[in-house]
Amino acid sequence: MENLLEIKNLHATIDGKEILKGINLTIKAGEVHAIMGPNGSGKSTLSNVLVGHPAYTVTEGEVIYKGKNLLELSPEDRSHEGLFLSFQYPVEIPGVSITNFMRAAINAKREYLKQEPMSAGDFLKLMREKRALVNLDSKLANRSVNEGFSGGEKKRNEIFQMAMLEPTLSILDETDSGLDIDALRIVAEGVNKLKRPDTSSIVITHYQRLLDYIKPDIVHVLYNGRIVMTAGPELVQELEVRGYDWIKNENQ
Amino acid sequence: MMGNEQEYIELFGQNREIIDSACAALLNSKRQDAFERFKATGFPTRKDEAWRNTPIAKQFGIDYGMNLKRAEADVNAATIFHCDVPNLKSHRVYIVNDSYSQAEGYSRELPQGVILGSLNAIAASHPTLLEKYYNRLAANGDSIAQFNTMFAQDGVVLYVPRNTVVEETIQIVSLIQANVEMLLNRRILVILEENSKANILLCDHSSQEKQSLSTLVTEVFVGTGASLNIYDIEETANSNTRVATMLVDQAADSHFNHCCVTLTNGFTRNSISVALNGRGADTSINGLAIGDKTQHIDNHTLVDHNVADCTSSELYKYILDESSTGVFAGKMHIHPGAQRTVSQQTNRNLCLTTCAHMYAQPQLEIYADDVKCSHGSTVGQLDESALFYMQQRGIPADEARHLLMYAFAGEVIENIDIVPLKERLHILIEKRFRGELGKCKGCNLCK
Repeated sequence: MENLLEIKNLHATIDGKEILKGINLTIKAGEVHAIMGPNGSGKSTLSNVLVGHPAYTVTEGEVIYKGKNLLELSPEDRSHEGLFLSFQYPVEIPGVSITNFMRAAINAKREYLKQEPMSAGDFLKLMREKRALVNLDSKLANRSVNEGFSGGEKKRNEIFQMAMLEPTLSILDETDSGLDIDALRIVAEGVNKLKRPDTSSIVITHYQRLLDYIKPDIVHVLYNGRIVMTAGPELVQELEVRGYDWIKNENQ
Repeated sequence: MMGNEQEYIELFGQNREIIDSACAALLNSKRQDAFERFKATGFPTRKDEAWRNTPIAKQFGIDYGMNLKRAEADVNAATIFHCDVPNLKSHRVYIVNDSYSQAEGYSRELPQGVILGSLNAIAASHPTLLEKYYNRLAANGDSIAQFNTMFAQDGVVLYVPRNTVVEETIQIVSLIQANVEMLLNRRILVILEENSKANILLCDHSSQEKQSLSTLVTEVFVGTGASLNIYDIEETANSNTRVATMLVDQAADSHFNHCCVTLTNGFTRNSISVALNGRGADTSINGLAIGDKTQHIDNHTLVDHNVADCTSSELYKYILDESSTGVFAGKMHIHPGAQRTVSQQTNRNLCLTTCAHMYAQPQLEIYADDVKCSHGSTVGQLDESALFYMQQRGIPADEARHLLMYAFAGEVIENIDIVPLKERLHILIEKRFRGELGKCKGCNLCK
């Protein structure tokens, strides 16, 4: 299988403080990788660096995505190339309806791919289809992006956007946080339905419960800015039982 | 007193006969009193609290020409003005520079008894009617209003008799078109008798590359149970200075809704002062100001709750880019006895650069004890986390900025009741943000 993403010795800082201290990670097409680890280990930093958040500075290392130097691309071009982040804390955008927001996003991508803008009819049909995938209320689609949404609605809206944009590599950053068990199931089922043989996911989570629905192929433990352990799905169960302290002790 | 006023005082003294000879007696009868008042104070200085952030006197310092002899402008307003509002049915009249213009081809039949036309002509033909209203509010206005009364020679009158509804929008298009520096003094008088209804759209345009300064005094009387919307769209040029004063008198159970949009300008001061003089009167005054380059936009508002049971609401928003300056001062004055007043004022401002300046001064003065009043003002930048969120979804940074600015502005435009105007403004605002305004098709003003 071809490598979709290769992260080599990635170092990154925020406000001069080093958070990532040499990450190495390879993801092949079709794989689901889980990244687990205690709070403050750098999981969200890694996802933010991958999508090009301006607050972070890469100081060393490289990231090759689909054979391209990912770090040279603007955040929007990374998106157009199929990189998607389901945010841990989705942002509220008052005054911008989900419909207008998605239309702008879809047409920007089509322009990048040198395709014609989508017709209004096709766009609305697509919206309807994808909304059904995550049970997103049609009334929400006319509201401002995430404004006044419950925690569960915000996360469903993230997966709805993922469905609309059909990414090649999706990063789910604690998509399970703040979800009750029903919402978790809906969101996870949505993610599973979107899976294709050529798409990959990075699932960042603290808990086993999301990974009961979204089965990872490979599980990594991130601690203190480095991946300190990589194993198969059985590691999830072990972490659930033993916690992270033994890993922290081994890596002092 | 010092500064530029002396020249204007002399000019007025020397040309009094010329000014009077072109005008109706009613207009002339108010000049002396205005002159005395203007002489006493001169132009406002920065020591005047209301003008602290808007240095107006120096704007009068340019050697402007004034068309005191009323030479006719060599333009046909109807042919140069193509930027109309699609699908808007309107009765359209023109003010070219500061003269009423008889442009043809747009006037529809008005309901019986409605008077729409030249202030100077109607002051001559209907002196008894206008005597009751002309300069009644402006007589106590500030020194620029007095300046306007001294020199004003024409403008527009709209009179709507009782129980009359004017369905179609009255569109008053002001054009500045001259090849020399010009100082213009315009005057609008709006009288709605009881239970009447009208919508007015004021379009202020300039194609002028030379400096121009226009003063505008609009006096508005909204009778008992009457309802009036005034939409004021400024789309002029960097070379234009505008000092506009709107004075509104509202009787019981009347409704007044005002929205002032500064799309493109040079140096602008808008003052609006609303007196709620009858129980149950309701007023809503709103504004959107979009500035860039070195533009200056000042909105001063005053709502006087003089009696009980009135409501007022106010929403002003500014989007300031580059080195532009915004000034907002809004005062709600709840007088003794104005019980059960409900009054709300909101001012929100975006400064897109570190060079943009916003001066905001919300004020509440309450002398009654059973009222519900609130005010709030904020100055901020575009939400960086929202911008990044949009970029992650593939929306380019510039586009994301425009979407956020457009969303911010949209709240003000939503208050506009005339759907075609609302749609037109949405397009114009979007173009403005993209830097495309002034390129609309087929308009000689937009070269």
